[in-house]
Amino acid sequence: MELQKFYYDNKIPKLFAIACIFWGVIGMLVGVLIAFQLAFPVLNFGIEYTTFGRVRPIHTNAVIFAFVGNGIFTGVYYSLPRLLKTPMWSNALSKIHFWGWQLIIVAAALSLAMGYTSGKEYAELEWPIDIAITLIWVAFGINIFGTILTRRERHLYVAIWFFIASWVTIAMLHIVNSFELPVSFMKSYSWYAGVQDALVQWWYGHNAVAFFLTTPYLGLMYYFLPKAAGRPVYSYKLSIVHFWSLIFLYIWAGPHHLLYTALPDWAQSLGTAFSIMLLLPSWGGMLNGLFTLRGAWDKVREDPVLKFFVVAVTCYGMATFEGPMLSLKNVNAISHYSDWTIAHVHIGALGWNGFLTFGMMYWLIPKLFDTKLYSKKLAATHFWIGTLGIILYAIPMYWAAFRSYFMLSAFTPEGQLQYQFIDVVQTVVPFYVLRALGGTLYLAGVLIMVYNLIKTAKQGSFVATEAAEAAPLTKQYVAPAKAHWHSFIERKPITLLVLSLIVVGIGGLVEMVPTFLIKSNIPTLSSVKPYTPLELQGRDIYISEGCYNCHSQMIRPFRYEVARYGDYSKAGEFVYDHPFQWGSKRTGPDLAREGGKYPDSWHFNHMIEPVSMSPGSIMPTYPWLYEKQIDIASTKSKIYAMRKLGVPYPKNYEAVANDDLKKQADGIVENLRKDKINIKSDKQIIALIAYLQRLGKDIKAEQSSSTKTQ
Amino acid sequence: MSIIILIAAVSILIAGGFLIAFLWGVKDGQFDDDFAPPNRILFDDTIKTKNQK
Repeated sequence: MELQKFYYDNKIPKLFAIACIFWGVIGMLVGVLIAFQLAFPVLNFGIEYTTFGRVRPIHTNAVIFAFVGNGIFTGVYYSLPRLLKTPMWSNALSKIHFWGWQLIIVAAALSLAMGYTSGKEYAELEWPIDIAITLIWVAFGINIFGTILTRRERHLYVAIWFFIASWVTIAMLHIVNSFELPVSFMKSYSWYAGVQDALVQWWYGHNAVAFFLTTPYLGLMYYFLPKAAGRPVYSYKLSIVHFWSLIFLYIWAGPHHLLYTALPDWAQSLGTAFSIMLLLPSWGGMLNGLFTLRGAWDKVREDPVLKFFVVAVTCYGMATFEGPMLSLKNVNAISHYSDWTIAHVHIGALGWNGFLTFGMMYWLIPKLFDTKLYSKKLAATHFWIGTLGIILYAIPMYWAAFRSYFMLSAFTPEGQLQYQFIDVVQTVVPFYVLRALGGTLYLAGVLIMVYNLIKTAKQGSFVATEAAEAAPLTKQYVAPAKAHWHSFIERKPITLLVLSLIVVGIGGLVEMVPTFLIKSNIPTLSSVKPYTPLELQGRDIYISEGCYNCHSQMIRPFRYEVARYGDYSKAGEFVYDHPFQWGSKRTGPDLAREGGKYPDSWHFNHMIEPVSMSPGSIMPTYPWLYEKQIDIASTKSKIYAMRKLGVPYPKNYEAVANDDLKKQADGIVENLRKDKINIKSDKQIIALIAYLQRLGKDIKAEQSSSTKTQ
Repeated sequence: MSIIILIAAVSILIAGGFLIAFLWGVKDGQFDDDFAPPNRILFDDTIKTKNQK
């Protein structure tokens, strides 16, 4: 067999590595800002672009898609050619992928700051960016499969399966969840409504965690951990078993984000059952990673790379133990809407994703620059500061979650709620300060890494390409007499792709199709009516300001929630909600039954100075809502789009919608005037008040009418 | 409405098929060569003289 000479490209991995670290620092900096904002609301600065509701999505999108995303691509573009003994299929596609992805990140940050959001967590980006993501993702996929098809190594190493499964599933998730009807440039409505939207969103949300934050990083672990330790993975068999079981189980777990909500019970139970099963393949991966270091623990003492990997894999194990526990309904009753969830994701994000990335960088950058790490001591310092940062982040959050649960669920002997919501907020604020300090510590460690890596790069010289030699694959592959069946799939990437699609598709289908089609899942309530044009505009402002980041609209059927917020939420209440706004965190109280609780003037004063109505509140102020005008030119297309999505507005209603809008706005202005407040009826605050006063009103009307008839 | 039951049934059937195929593979000792691939990645195939084009 003749050896062929070829070159591995290091330029693209270097670019992705720089982007990963750059966006990582930005994303974490924003994270530290919003962490302090929760403790000190003055840090919202009273400016729309820096207010929590808009900045928090920037943080989440930046760390997930910019930091971790570029981290994945760094690892894939470095390891894939070396595992397959061939350069990436197309250098042009690699470049398109790199620059396209960075442009998307910039567009995402700008548009989120400007308030363009679809209002669905971790999928906030508006439709033009969604399309751009799809195109770049396809370019990435073509490049991966092109490389696999032109490989010189027949066997597909386990890491490659993880990359393939991740690519396929993310493509599917992104397309399904981003189904939206554009209303204008940078504004769209989710195709789905209410319960269905919630199910699709959390099917996406959970699997984004699974197939963006977990499986690609497991692929990286299976490449970089053995490389750094200089020994093969503990059990290759285990890696195969846990790969298949992991991708098979993950796709079913999404509904555990919706326990005790208006989602049909059977779907909730399905999510719980599969989440618990997930413990096994997850721990298979963790143990496989840790056992790879058997007999090499002395190296861990010396090598900062291995130190980071060990804590990363341990955090993976902790987070994947915690996940199934949080999926138990009785545990979820405590954790849902609380800071526990925040602690949980940060064990995964800071520990697993962060530390694995740092370990990879400490190993990779010296390689790319043909030198040794500038300072092992600084890396060790980073390691300890980072670990302390994680602990200081997580423990206050757990503590805060339990305290707030016990306070929120406490009743006096007379049967009254013992604490106001604001009492809980006040109790939790000191923990928010501690958490912010933990995050700051973690970021400080990252900055030490940046310095260390720049010094490393400067002392070395960049190796742009590495020459390598390997024999080409023989044309006709003769299967050995006793080949195992799995090797058949391994040699056929397209088959593998299709099989992975089927495996993950089954999960999605079985869960979603019935909910979509069985009408009985969503009892329609005759009293629930579409939003008026003004309320619809107000709702879009609510979405745009990211109110859902702190306020839920979903009351669970517990005594302490019903007593605090009103009757528990029914599925039929949300049939016109494109998108749903159930939220996932209650930094502030639930708003599902907010309508009619307070007079219009309360909301007017509260939005400009929350502490004036609710002393001790940590809610930001929204002065610009009193300046900016309602975009009434968009009413027509919004009503039209909503009717397209099945909202029963009368025929040609869009022609007269603005008349109704003005009438209702004038009514609110009149109400405010009675309370000695003067404002023009075309300001955004009027629309927002209209929306807030509508929340939960329909079902209240039904209840009062049914009591009358009794 | 029966279409849902049909889709669900077919889906679960395929899923079950995967599981059976997988268990069969394990029982049959199909994963025999779990030595070469994990070891192979540890060796670099790069030619020692670097930075050449």
